Amino acid sequence: MTRILVFVDNDRGTLSPSALEALTPAYSLADSLDASLELATVGEGGRAALEPVGLGGYVISHPVLSDYAPEAYGDALAQLVSEEQFSVVISLGDDRGAEVMAHMAAVLDQPLVANVTEIADTEGPDGSWEVIRVRWGGSLLERARLRSDLKFLTIAPHTFPAPEPNGGAGPLTTFVPEIPDSLARTRVVERVKLAEGLTLATAPVVVSGGRGVGSAENFAILEELADLLGGVVGCSRVATNNGWRPHSDQVGQTGTRIAPDLYIACGISGAVQHWVGCMASKQILAINTDPEAPLVTKADYAVIGDLHEILAAVIAEIKARP
Amino acid sequence: MNILVCVKRVPAPGARIVLTDDSQGIDTRHLGFTTSPHEECAVEAAVQLKERHGGTTTVLTLGPPDAVEQLRYSVSVGADRVVLVPADSTEWDPQATASALVEAIKDLEGDSPFDLILFGNESADSGGYQVGIRVARALGRPVISGLKGIEIDGDQMVGRRETDEGFEVYRLPMPAIAAAKEGITLPRYPTLPGRLKSRRAEIHEVPAEMTPGGQEMVSLLKPAEEVTETVILGHGAEAAPGVVRLLEEVGLL
Ligand SMILES: Cc1cc2nc3c(=O)[nH]c(=O)nc-3n(C[C@H](O)[C@H](O)[C@H](O)COP(=O)(O)OP(=O)(O)OC[C@H]3O[C@@H](n4cnc5c(N)ncnc54)[C@H](O)[C@@H]3O)c2cc1C
Ligand SMILES: Cc1cc2nc3c(=O)[nH]c(=O)nc-3n(C[C@H](O)[C@H](O)[C@H](O)COP(=O)(O)OP(=O)(O)OC[C@H]3O[C@@H](n4cnc5c(N)ncnc54)[C@H](O)[C@@H]3O)c2cc1C
Repeated sequence: MTRILVFVDNDRGTLSPSALEALTPAYSLADSLDASLELATVGEGGRAALEPVGLGGYVISHPVLSDYAPEAYGDALAQLVSEEQFSVVISLGDDRGAEVMAHMAAVLDQPLVANVTEIADTEGPDGSWEVIRVRWGGSLLERARLRSDLKFLTIAPHTFPAPEPNGGAGPLTTFVPEIPDSLARTRVVERVKLAEGLTLATAPVVVSGGRGVGSAENFAILEELADLLGGVVGCSRVATNNGWRPHSDQVGQTGTRIAPDLYIACGISGAVQHWVGCMASKQILAINTDPEAPLVTKADYAVIGDLHEILAAVIAEIKARP
Repeated sequence: MNILVCVKRVPAPGARIVLTDDSQGIDTRHLGFTTSPHEECAVEAAVQLKERHGGTTTVLTLGPPDAVEQLRYSVSVGADRVVLVPADSTEWDPQATASALVEAIKDLEGDSPFDLILFGNESADSGGYQVGIRVARALGRPVISGLKGIEIDGDQMVGRRETDEGFEVYRLPMPAIAAAKEGITLPRYPTLPGRLKSRRAEIHEVPAEMTPGGQEMVSLLKPAEEVTETVILGHGAEAAPGVVRLLEEVGLL
């Protein structure tokens, strides 16, 4: 019987909000292949977090795995896959999932298809599969053929909803891999906490500025509006590259992907690499001098004109409210 | 500190991506080319480390002859030496790419390994998130991805990686490998002397054989696009009341 393994990461016992997303396509795949589905996580701390999922599987334990250590994680997973003869391994394609899977694939010398959105065909010629995967951070898709004995995939984040826990406590067996102490060389040695508060990723409203803002000082008016609305300031890559804003404010393919209730894009044209970062926003308001700017035509609402003048008027209007 | 940075030439689409008629690629007739911002920042990080600790910065790309444009650009922002690994076949998946890079790197290194090899976290177009890790595994060197900070402390590379709460710190014995994210540092713009130097820069060619991998592109397709009817709230300052009404409706006021 085909055995499918899903790697689910936990960070010292805590699951990220998206941690279980890869299980959803994995359940469908197990159904269509009539295969068994099990999960693996690293560190005893993950046991309590993952038992409620209701799947059987493995908690991988070893002294070197006392904290996140991508090389050691990859080796451990590769050993589990070989010993238990899993033929399909799936993980979420978040930072850690992508990294651990790449290590495992390199150790076992197998291909790894990154950021899959659909497993289109599992009955291709010579046992090959056809999958759809993300390119350009989501601006483009690729139909890819996977020719290999073992099928390793990461699932594009925010593509599938996480499944509801099925209630039953799955028996998770402890698996102890052989890992040389030397692999502790890539383990986390320290953590630094930064001030908590609203972040770009979690704010309900993001007031974002691009080249049209014109200077670092000119962002003050965006800050003022963001403060009034209980949100944060974001920006385009032009603002980052000009040194107007820190990169942690950048929205887009190589910045942060956000999904606020409202995204206010001021003086941003809407290049595809910016758009993929903000397209999940519930509502978008574009403020731009150019009525033909792509962000204006893709937005839900737009105001045409100079952003400085418009933001000043909006702030005055808010302050004048009873 | 001798540092190698691997970069990939990619088209730079603007407001929309247009595919070729056969859906095998992006229609690049009207596009410029670039590298991923992650890789641009990796080049800058390497140049800054060299400026601080001495040594050389080498930039390498595997690609078509036109990729010399990206190599020359890297000279204009401070790279000392540039290497082209010529490639013309289309059968390059991440495994194949990594295998050819490993060959080329061994050839360049001889008996003296680079202290540090930097990659982008993922390429701009294909985004496989794996070439740097595969190369590191083949060379038996430690590797960490997603770095937003990098420093040298004696014979160790100290890397910082962002998390939801702050950042994690890693210490890798060198020779080491790392994949950088945009924001690790701010790339500089080319200077005029830099540009002049880049025009004269010698391009070292290092041929390398690849071992085919198991992933193959069949075709490209565009994601379904929602068509939005944009509501124009007004022009200039007169639109302010409309904007405030929207803010109220969304529940922000
Ligand atoms: C691989 C790759 C990855 C990238 N990743 C990102 C990313 O993560 N995030 C990102 O943002 N970009 C990214 N980019 C860059 C992207 O392609 C664009 O260059 C960038 O988003 C443009 O920024 P902008 O809209 O601020 O500037 P522009 O495109 O120059 O647009 C400025 C806009 O401001 C308007 N404007 C000017 N003056 C005013 C005014 N006074 N009032 C109102 N409107 C005004 C103009 O009409 C115009 O629409 C990436 C590029 C590549 C190749
Ligand atoms: C001439 C040529 C033609 C190609 N044609 C096709 C095609 O038709 N269809 C297809 O599917 N693929 C094609 N590819 C390959 C494909 O686009 C990827 O470059 C390759 O599979 C590597 O995967 P990735 O970009 O996803 O790497 P990732 O793992 O995302 O890359 C991570 C990092 O590795 C480094 N890197 C990646 N590629 C290179 C490179 N070429 N040179 C130096 N450093 C690099 C960069 O630092 C990058 O940031 C072609 C590649 C070349 C060179």
